[in-house]
Order: sequence, then structure tokens, then C-alpha cells
Amino acid sequence: MSQDMGYSMNAKVIKKEDIADFLDTLLKEYEVFAPVKRDRLVVFDQIHSGREAFLTFTATVNSPKEILLPQSETLFTYSSTDSAADLEVPSGREKPCLIFGIHPCDVKSIVFLDRIFNEEEYKDVYYLERRKGIVVVSMGCIKPRSTCFCTSLGGGPFSTEGSDLQLVDIGDECVVQVLSDKGEKLLGKARLEDAGEDRLSMTRKVAEDAEAYMAPKLNIDGLKEKLDKMFDDPVWDVLTEKCISCGVCTYLCPTCYCFDIVDEAGISGGERLRLWDSCQFPLFTLQASGENPRPTSKERYRQRIMHKFSYLIDNCGQIGCVGCGRCVTECPVNLDIRQVLTAISNR
Amino acid sequence: MKNTYLPTPMRIERVVVETEDKNIKTFSLSFLRKEDEADFKYVPGQFAELSLLGKGEAPFGMASSPMQTGRLEFTVNKIGLVTTELHSMEPGETVGIRGPLGNGYPVEALEGKDIVVIGGGFGFSTLRALTNFMLDQQNRCNFGDITVIYGARNPGLLLYKEELSEWGKRDDLQLYLTVDKGDEDWKGRVGFVPVIAKEAAPRADNAYALVCGPPIMIKFTLPVVQELGFSPEKILLSLEMRMKCGLGKCGRCNIGNKYVCRDGPVFTLAQLNRLPQEY
Repeated sequence: MSQDMGYSMNAKVIKKEDIADFLDTLLKEYEVFAPVKRDRLVVFDQIHSGREAFLTFTATVNSPKEILLPQSETLFTYSSTDSAADLEVPSGREKPCLIFGIHPCDVKSIVFLDRIFNEEEYKDVYYLERRKGIVVVSMGCIKPRSTCFCTSLGGGPFSTEGSDLQLVDIGDECVVQVLSDKGEKLLGKARLEDAGEDRLSMTRKVAEDAEAYMAPKLNIDGLKEKLDKMFDDPVWDVLTEKCISCGVCTYLCPTCYCFDIVDEAGISGGERLRLWDSCQFPLFTLQASGENPRPTSKERYRQRIMHKFSYLIDNCGQIGCVGCGRCVTECPVNLDIRQVLTAISNR
Repeated sequence: MKNTYLPTPMRIERVVVETEDKNIKTFSLSFLRKEDEADFKYVPGQFAELSLLGKGEAPFGMASSPMQTGRLEFTVNKIGLVTTELHSMEPGETVGIRGPLGNGYPVEALEGKDIVVIGGGFGFSTLRALTNFMLDQQNRCNFGDITVIYGARNPGLLLYKEELSEWGKRDDLQLYLTVDKGDEDWKGRVGFVPVIAKEAAPRADNAYALVCGPPIMIKFTLPVVQELGFSPEKILLSLEMRMKCGLGKCGRCNIGNKYVCRDGPVFTLAQLNRLPQEY
């Protein structure tokens, strides 16, 4: 059974054919991001019409983290490179943001990022401006991929943590679980019918089927304790042998948040940008003196695993992986993080 | 909410060429806006991101003592994009800074103790800040004996020469200057920093040793300092790493679960001994 699935009291129903119209009403008030088809890929992007949303996907290629953490964002612009010049910080969104059709693993990554960029000692004004007032309408994951492992990391295909509403596809209709006041308010004008017991039992069935469909849970009990003792373990040489440091895992990862800060300037002015970066790149830690504490893929891949499954627990009380499986699907050399974690746990 | 990514504008007041090869200069900066100065409270050992619009940012320890108000000093080696541009700049021009960042030296813990400062080459800048802080009239009585051991590869690479000669005249500071290789004019010591540290043999009881310099110097100095009787809890090191944000987020400078920018740059040897050897 799905752990936090409580489809009971406050659930409504919407016909699938009505979803596009519902989105069109929301588009008047919100900037809406949803899965869309681009060529043969399904990606997360901003939509301008309800019909663009494509909801019968298994997983989007990219993660929705760029809604909150753009691949390239302007920290400020300047009209002259004289440092006494006025710095202009870009203004935020014109309308509040709504994320529609996001899967529970990706919602979990937003909950994760919130704790990174909204700490007591570190408030990221850019992140918080984007995050402000965001509404999350998730979509139960009815057909997890063979690479998915959210249930091994405390998540689940129907986990509701972080969602304001959650939709579950039960055929021609979707059951809409209301999970917060924000969600309630969002449905306000839609006048949806109550789901009723028959439909609720269908959602339970769909959820059970989805979980049964998933690959068996990883056996990774005591992973952190193992990791803390094996920084110098020779197994890293073996585990990381085929890594080519391409960084695709970090770019597609919904919880990877490392960044670079660079200036781009012309003759009179320019801007300072914050860009996604990757701990897998050799230049990431290269110092001007020529020293590099992480010179090979071994140190860099070890850093990625250690950061996600040990350091983040120490510093932030959470792991940096939601089990979405994107790094498994897209790795050009089939370096499978599930096998790595299992190998470590078996040491 | 404060935007920690916006640099504060500073005016270059003075530029001192420190080394014979002219590759290291000290920039003395003043605040363009009075309110920024009031906000910028720092302790020796902290650092800031120097910012040049159009070029970017790079981190440098404050080389000045916080007791000297109105001016911040940064000693900068010409080695990359930002530093090369900075070296071409003159008094009157403007730069930005972001900070203060990092933890700095634990000044309160150092009070009442004998202090042994061991620096090599370019790594001496924040140790200079700390030494000047301790030598300040108001502060000198708070510290015991002060021993400064400082070396460079050759006499032309020693920083802060005028100040060093002033320190040499003082009777409340023991100064040991050394170079790896002398020249015709050099009358002082010749020898590596760890060797000189061993000869100087400062007392370790009730004392702290502060070490900063190139990796090779650190490697050979730490055993000497420990032989002299300094425990790992009483040996402080200031580390360098590639950094961007300076706020523990961009992901470059961590050693294990500690971020050099946020949890450091100053660590005790005892702390470092508990971390993986990835620096």
C-alpha cells in the first residue's frame, strides 16, 4: 500500500477532457508549467494554452528544478563595468507560478531544494522570489519506469508531500485529492463533483498496481554509516571506472544544485549570471594555482555520492536523491546509481 | 531580506607592489558608502569576494587588521582573469567586494595565550592581519608572547617589507624571517620554514600555533610543530579552495561535510584530522 495515500474525505473528480479548459482558466492568474511534447520528448516547460499540457507521460526528460533554479539566471545587470555603477536586480514573475502534472518524486525535490535555499543562515533571495506563492498540482505516477526507485528512498509514486492537489488518472477521469488550502482555493471556481467511493477505490487500485509494478526496493540500510567509513575504500576505483565525467547525471538530477557565477559583458555593461555547474567536471574544483583536490572521475563521482547520501544528512538532515531514475536512464555509460548504492551497502 | 550576491562598491586608495617580480600587489580600499562600512565587521582570517564587473569574482583574505578602520587591504597574486584585471587598476578606480565571509581566527580563544605565527610566501596575508590585530595598542595586553616565523622562496618574494622591518624593531614580538635561497644583499636566515620553526622552538604550553602557506610547507611544518608539543587542538590552519559563492552553496570547496568558505577557512588540525584527505 502506498504510505501516505489518504484518498478519502476531500477528493473531487474531473473529466480528462475538461482539464485543458481548467488549465485555461488557471492561465489567467498563473504562470503555468507542465509536461509538454517537444519532438519525441516530454519535457517540463511553461505553457500558454491548456491544450499544450501532456499528462500521460512516464517521466519528463528534464526535471522541473529549472522553474525554481534556472539553468542560467541573471543575478544583476549593470550599464557600465565601473564597479560604482548601479546594479539592477531583475524583477520576479509577473504572475504567481503553478506547476501542473508534476510527479511526486519531483515534488519531493522541491521540498528538498526549499531546505537548501531557505536556511536560517542562508536565504537565497532569487530562489525565494521564484518559490513565493507557488502552487503544486501533482500527478500520481501510475506507470513508474524500470529505472525508478523512489520507494527505496522514502518516497512513493503517490506520495503527496509538498503537493496542494494531486490528480490520479483512473481512465476517462482524474480523481483530484485536495491537500491544502491553496489547493482548495484553486478548485474553488471549477465546481467539481465529489469523487465518491467507487472512484476512490479505483484510485487505490491504480496506486497499488503502480507500486507492484516497481522494481524491488534497494537494500541500502545503513548506507550513510557505511559511506562515512569508506572514503578511502578501493571500491571507488572499480565503481567509477567507466564514468566519463560528462555531467549529464547532475544536469538532469532534480536535486543537484551546484552552480557557477560568471560575468558576461560587452563594451558598456553586462550582467552577472548564476549558471548550473557540475561537480563531475574536472575544472569545477581546479584552483588558479593548479591544485585540484578532485582531479579524476573517481574523486568527483565519490563526491557526488558522498554529498547526496552522507554530507547532506549531516548538514541539512536530508538525502539528495528522490529516486527519479533520470541519471540511470540517461547515463551514456550505464553507470547505475542503484548498483553503486547497493555495492556500497554490501561492503 | 538581504541580497548576499550584490557587491559593495569600494574605491582603490593605494596600490603597493609587494614583490620584485611585481606579481603581488596590496590594494587598499575604502568604502564608497558610509553605511556599508558600518555593516562590514570582520575578524582577522575572514575573507571577501573581490568583484570586478565584466570579469567576475575571486576570494581573498583580508590582509588588514580590523582595528584599522576605514580601509580594507587585500594582497593579490596576478594569476587569473580577475586578478590580472585588478593588477591593471589604479587608485581612484572602483571595485566591489562581497563579505565578510568565513569564520576567521578564533580571536577570543587566542586571548591570554602565547601565539606562534608560521607563514610561507603568499599565504601570509591573513596572518599579517592577525599579527597587526594583536599588536594593536588596545589588544597587545590580551596576548602573551608573539612569535612570527615567515619565509619566502627568495628575498624578493617577501611581502610587507617595511612592516616586517618595523616588527623587527619591537621588543614585544620575536620575528624570524627566512628565505629558501638568499642573494648578495640578503643578510638574514636561509632555510626552509619548518627548519627555522624547529630552531626557534617556541614554547608550546599555553600557546597556539597558526600555520598558513603552500601545501609543501604545511606538510613539513605540521610534524615539527607537533614535536614542539602543540596538540592538534592548538594548531590552526587557514585553507584555500576554489570558491564561487562563499556561502556554502555552490559546491566546490567542501572537504567531507565541511565547507571551507562557510565552516572555515580556519580549522584546527584536530578538525582536519577528522575529515577526509581531499585538500
